[in-house]
Amino acid sequence: MIRLKELESWLQDLQDFETPKVALEQYQTPPHIAAHIAHTIQASFGDLEGKLVADLGCGCGMLTVAAAIMGTATVVGFDIDSDALKTCKENLEELEITAAELVQAEVRQLGVSCSRFTKLFDTVLLNPSFGTKCNQGTDLEFVQVALELSHGPVYSLHKTSTRAHIIKTASRWGVNVQVLAKLRYDLPNTYKFHKKKSVDIEVDFIKFTVNCHIVVEDFIKPCPHRSTVPSKWAKLDVKHMEMLDGSNQTNRQTALSGDFA
Amino acid sequence: MKLITHNMLTSKGMKNVKEGFPLKIQAEEMRNVDIDYDRDFITRMIPKLDWKALVFAAQCVGHKEDLPDTLPDGYENDNELLKRLHHVLLEVEVISGCLECPETQRKFPISNGIPNMLLNEDEV
Ligand SMILES: C[S@@+](CC[C@H](N)C(=O)[O-])C[C@H]1O[C@@H](n2cnc3c(N)ncnc32)[C@H](O)[C@@H]1O
Ligand SMILES: C[S@@+](CC[C@H](N)C(=O)[O-])C[C@H]1O[C@@H](n2cnc3c(N)ncnc32)[C@H](O)[C@@H]1O
Repeated sequence: MIRLKELESWLQDLQDFETPKVALEQYQTPPHIAAHIAHTIQASFGDLEGKLVADLGCGCGMLTVAAAIMGTATVVGFDIDSDALKTCKENLEELEITAAELVQAEVRQLGVSCSRFTKLFDTVLLNPSFGTKCNQGTDLEFVQVALELSHGPVYSLHKTSTRAHIIKTASRWGVNVQVLAKLRYDLPNTYKFHKKKSVDIEVDFIKFTVNCHIVVEDFIKPCPHRSTVPSKWAKLDVKHMEMLDGSNQTNRQTALSGDFA
Repeated sequence: MKLITHNMLTSKGMKNVKEGFPLKIQAEEMRNVDIDYDRDFITRMIPKLDWKALVFAAQCVGHKEDLPDTLPDGYENDNELLKRLHHVLLEVEVISGCLECPETQRKFPISNGIPNMLLNEDEV
């Protein structure tokens, strides 16, 4: 498996949105966070290598590329915006990634019931728009589509401040929520001209799984990479990412494998 | 757009369309890429494929590659077939052209390798 540092250095070369469209909440996931996410999904859960994966709202491809580098058989990135997809394509070509496919589509329309997409993908990833005061809940709408498309887990990012709401909604759907890590987005650039030097927003890295026996069986299967997890997480830059249940070293393993015990 | 992707795309989201599948491919520009052969992946994909649609797609782009019209029993052990399938699914790409809805003939353009499946508001 590729080393975390190496993955991150590949991701640092990706082009960002040329002219981000605020209405579509086009914000790129920072490379170090994308690298940690993709690396964890593979190292702890084995959910990328050799898999058919979807990335909903792929933008310029930060997560699509990270997943492809982690060895997906095919990763399909969906986005509504042709400018973002154009940049995404350039990023894929620059890195000579051939295992990624791009489709221009409205994510909400992918969820049509009983389509070819239904439960097709092994894993679905997304960094959805978090939603603002006027369009709250977009992120959960996207998660709902993601759960429709995946016969396995869904990995997503959400504002920590909405955690209780997410857990409540998911349990109504019969979906398990596992908060894998709390991330701190440091946003120095965005706020360069403001009085404050940087603003942190807290974001949860969440794994959603449907409560059904097929998924449970997947869980019990011993994961060959599991034992390497704590050391990987121990390398995390705690300034940006912090394990749940406190960030002290001894708790890391429990935090990560808690739901599996 | 590879043929694995074609096998999942439909125009089912349009009003008055029942299945919207398989979409007919009109290819203008194609290319081949090299992908590592992963036998497990191909074997695992087969039950999820719509075989007829795959054969149809391969025909549309002139890459039928001797794919049988129906999936033979015991395909898991037919390494030759699995390799041909690997090639057809993952290594053949449509760069430009379009996809056509079998029920309404609505065309979805493919450019820069990216199919545009967006629907107008009056189509949904
Ligand atoms: C927060 S950005 C994340 C981009 C990228 N995945 C990343 O991690 O860097 C959200 C992306 O979703 C796309 N998007 C927003 N609404 C969408 C919709 N309804 N359908 C498809 N894509 C959408 C935007 O164009 C944008 O690229
Ligand atoms: C501090 S937040 C405020 C807007 C936020 N939607 C809210 O309602 O609080 C704005 C910044 O968060 C980041 N951001 C918001 N959503 C994001 C996402 N899904 N992915 C990455 N960054 C995001 C962007 O860098 C943006 O500049």
